[in-house]
Parts: sequence; C-alpha cells; structure tokens
Amino acid sequence: MIGYNFAYLDEQTKRMIRRALLKAVAIPGHQVPFGSREMPLPYGWGTGGIQITAAILGQTDTLKVIDQGADDTTNAVSIRRFFAKTAGVATTTRTPEATVIQTRHRIPETKLREDQIIVYQVPQPEPLSKLEPRRAETKRMHALAEYGPMHVKLYEDITRFGQISISYDYPVMVNHRYLMAPSPIPAFDNPKMHMMPALQLFGAGREKRIYAVPPYTSVQSLDFEDHPFRAVRAPHTCALCNARDSYLDEVVVDDTGRRMFVCSDTDHCETRREAGHEGTGEPVAQAAE
Amino acid sequence: MAYVAVKGGERAIDNAHAWLAEDRRGNPDIPEITLEQIQAQQARAVDRVMAEGALYDPGLAALAIKQAQGDLIEAAFLLRAYRTTLPRFGYAEPVDTGAMQIRRRISAVFKDLPGGQILGPTYDYTHRLLDFALAAGGTPPAAALAEAPGEPVMPVYTILRQEGMIEPDSNSDPDPADITREPLTFPATRDVRLQTLARGDEGFLLAMGYSTQRGWGGTHPFVGEIRVGEVTVEITPPELGFPIDIGDVTLTECQMINQFTGSKTKPPQFTRGYGLVFGHAERKAMGMALVDRALRSEEFNEDATAPAQNPEFVLYHADNIEGTGFVEHLKLPHYVDFQSELESLRRMRAAAEKEAAE
Repeated sequence: MIGYNFAYLDEQTKRMIRRALLKAVAIPGHQVPFGSREMPLPYGWGTGGIQITAAILGQTDTLKVIDQGADDTTNAVSIRRFFAKTAGVATTTRTPEATVIQTRHRIPETKLREDQIIVYQVPQPEPLSKLEPRRAETKRMHALAEYGPMHVKLYEDITRFGQISISYDYPVMVNHRYLMAPSPIPAFDNPKMHMMPALQLFGAGREKRIYAVPPYTSVQSLDFEDHPFRAVRAPHTCALCNARDSYLDEVVVDDTGRRMFVCSDTDHCETRREAGHEGTGEPVAQAAE
Repeated sequence: MAYVAVKGGERAIDNAHAWLAEDRRGNPDIPEITLEQIQAQQARAVDRVMAEGALYDPGLAALAIKQAQGDLIEAAFLLRAYRTTLPRFGYAEPVDTGAMQIRRRISAVFKDLPGGQILGPTYDYTHRLLDFALAAGGTPPAAALAEAPGEPVMPVYTILRQEGMIEPDSNSDPDPADITREPLTFPATRDVRLQTLARGDEGFLLAMGYSTQRGWGGTHPFVGEIRVGEVTVEITPPELGFPIDIGDVTLTECQMINQFTGSKTKPPQFTRGYGLVFGHAERKAMGMALVDRALRSEEFNEDATAPAQNPEFVLYHADNIEGTGFVEHLKLPHYVDFQSELESLRRMRAAAEKEAAE
C-alpha cells in the first residue's frame, strides 16, 4: 500500500515487537510488556494479534484469519483484508495451507504443524484479573507463583455448583510455572495447546502485553485430582458434516426455538463435506437432549 | 438454509461502508461542510480532538471530525491511528508557558496581580440563552482591542514561590518517559501520569476531578491560575546544538493550589496540581490538575481511599480510545464463548433439577 511500510508497521516497531516475542518464547507463559501502538482498527478488535502478525509476516507467508472458528465472520474478513492490502501476502481459508493463522476465540480442529504459527487475539492477558484488579499485585503473584487464590476460586465453584463454572478463557499452567490466560477460546480447545508442534503467540494490544507458548510445551488446564478437567462441547453432531467430535455453534433457526448445531470451524466442516461426510441438515427440537 | 444468514461478511462490510459514506454526506442538496469551516467555527471540537488524539494539527483534526460525522472520540481515534505512523525526528525542548502570548489569564486567588486578570474569549459570564439571532447568521461587531502586554505575564506560581509559600517545581527529568513507546507500569512516575492525563478523556477527568470535590479524595483546591495562549515549540537538532523555533501551539495551563502539608522537617506550604492541554480546553485542564494532585496522595502521606487517588484506576481508564475499543468490542461475535456458557449452564441446571427430584 502506498505510503505505508510492508504489513503497515514501521521496521523499528516490528523490531521492538520481535524482541518482546523472543523474550516471551524464552519464558513460556510470562507476560512481556511491549510498546503497543494504536492501530487503524479499534482496541478490542484484535490489535495485539494484528501487531504480532505484522511483525512476523514475511512476503512468502500464507495467512489465515479466523474469528469464532470461521474465516468469513466480519472481523476475520476485515483483518484478512487489512493484511492483503498492507502486505500483499497470500491468504487462505485452508488450515493446512496457512503458515500464519491469526485467531480470535478458537483453535482450528485440524492439528497444527511445526512449520505453522498461531497468533491469538487476547482481550485480557492477566489470568488473575478477576481475582485481583491491581496489576502491580498480580505481577508480584506471578513472580512468587502465588496461584492459591485461583485454586480457591475453582474450589468455591465446585462447592457452589458441583463443577467448575469457567467455560472459556479457562486458566492454564504453562511449562509447570506460569499461570496463563489462553484467551477466550472455549475450554474444549485447551487440550490442543498442550505439546502443540506449532509456535503459539498471544497479543494483547490494549493491555500492551505479549506472551508465548513454544512448540512442544506443557500446557495444563487447572483442575483437581477428584475433579479432573473436562473438555465440554454441545452433545450433538454437526448438521452439515455429521462431525461428532468438533466444537459446535448453536444456531436458532426459527421462532419456535429449534436449534441447528454446526461446526464452528468452517474450514474443518467444508473439508469434511468435500470428503463426502454429510449431516442431516435438520435442526433439533431441544438444545439439551 | 438459515445458517447461511450469518455468512457473507465481505459483501456486508462493503455495503455498510457505502451506506456510511452516504449517511456522512447527508442531504446532497445542502452544501458540504468544509475543513476550513470546521477548523474556524467548531474550534473547541478541534481542540478536544487534538488533545485526546495527542497530535497538534488543526487541519487533520478538522478532517477527522468531518470523517467521523462529529463523533469526537471516533475523530480522536482517527488522529491517534495516523499519529503512530509518523516518524519521530526528536523531542522538543520543554515549552515555556511563562512566556506564553496570553489570550486569557485569570487567577482566583488574587484580586489583582501583575499582568492583570484577562478574561479573553470566555463563556464564563454568558447567559445560557439560546441565541436565535445566531441561527440567522451574520458577522458580529468587532471586539475592542487592548494593547498587547509588552513583556511576559508572570505566573501566579512565581509570586507565591517568592515567599516560599508553595512547593517548588519538581526536578525536571532530563529523560522523561514516553507513554507512546513504553507501556504503563506501576508505580507510575509523575511524568507518566501527566502524559496519560493530558491525552485522557475530558469527561473522565471532569468526573474524577469532580469526585474529589465531593469528598472522594478531597484536595481543597484553588485556581491559582488558568492561562490560554500561544507558546513557541523549539527543538535542538544535534547538528546545530542550539534550539530553533519550529512553530507555535495553543495551550491551556491550569495551576491548581491545594491545601498545605508539612512535616517535622518541612514547614507547611501549599501543594500543586497541574494541568496542561492542547488548545483552549479549560474544563479538561482543571480536571487534570485536580486529578494530578489527587494522584500525589501517597507522596504527601494522605489516606488514598478514593478512586481519583488510585493511580491504576485512573491511568488505566482515562484513555477513551482504549475504553471505547474494549466496550464496543462486545458487539463483535462472541457466540463460541456464549455457546460454552450455554452448555455449562445447561449442565448445572440439569444437575440441580436431578438433585431436586431426588
């Protein structure tokens, strides 16, 4: 794009972000403050992820952008267009074809490889923020690995509800050391982060933090021996591709409240349909069977 | 199929932008507003956008206001996003507000003082009656002219300082922080706090300042001085080694005088809160000065219990670009998370119903 550098950010800014990324990779799960810039998209729209993508993107990369698992949600379209315009890189909706995947709220169902990087958009990088709003204090808690309050919160959930009530942005322990917010992905996706071959980068633009999980790193969802972590999905099959193991979106199809369940990962669903899998195409009467 | 209805984002975005452009222009039978008109006749809006956009450029601020249909936070955001792309040539010398070309200068603590009270173009004593004659338009009669003061108008602070009645200027840091390059960390030094407040939201600073007056972290303020006018901006290019004038900016400065403190080692003296804002923006400069003083409570061993005295609370929430982004991002799709909440709630309700039945 005329008047702007490759991938929008100037090279000095990219260098600053890359330095923060290197530090983040060296200390898995640790939040590294960085000089986050105002981007031409609003805070909350993925400015942290966009800045990371801009800093790592090369001319031969192929970019995939998803929001809620889908390539064609409005925000994913907007971010993909931004990079197509400012960097001129190839884009794709196919997970295996992408070298860089920027995501909001999902991890693709297709297993990622060593030669891929996944960039998460993060609204709130501090996993302790709901327990302790003061950042000076949470910084100290991380330094001392003082994570008791989080375990107490989970325990209180079990005593009140009989189960842990957190269903997304479910806290994880990275490399047995740092408590980390996985970003608001459903807890269903958490196990995919564990020992993932791909590099995982996390950008929080408004909160000005970057963190990372290097390839093949331990990522454990917090739980108790007698209340092990469970990855929960809607107990249905995809109405389009008949998948029984993918994460499902719940779509209300008429005013009697009938629901249709379909794969949230649109590429996964399309690939399955191309391979001949077919769902019923029918809604279900009751969401809870 | 119903599912298709939530797709087609690409075309929807293009159509929305086309509609927006039409909506911005409004009725094409009415002449289009010019940037010159906005800059000249909506100057307070231009000032606010420059202050919160953290970029002194009235022409670009006018363009941003036009583009944002008068939504000033959106306009400030446009200016901010443009600002980050600009290269940095260097840092200016500290501006000398004592040498300001005064347009307005008032003090609430002395009836008269060297340099006098200069009301300038103020709304302070207007009666807030809708002026229906203004609706018809026309050129106002020329205002009376006075002689420009021959020498700089002495700041009120200097007068009080002569007697040692007020705390001195804090030591000027030769290498101040830059909040546009380094993220906020706590404890935040005063240079960081003042930079953050200077581009903070006017409404937020007003409310925070107001809260200190109503007992939430009271500072017993007096307006020592408010001055509005032009100051010269100078930079020192390394190859020259001496400062050169690169232009003028309009600033509003507020020196708030606050209740005295003292200790066993220091005699009591007045303390200060400081506000400095681009353009003519007294409300914001005053709010900023009140909040600056409230944020110094730890320095003066005051109980810090009110929101305005809490640096993390104030500094993390003063920025309306960040605030509007995060509040408005709730409009983006969250159906993956919401679905996980639905499942979680269904399981809990099923468990509770089962328990009730037993």
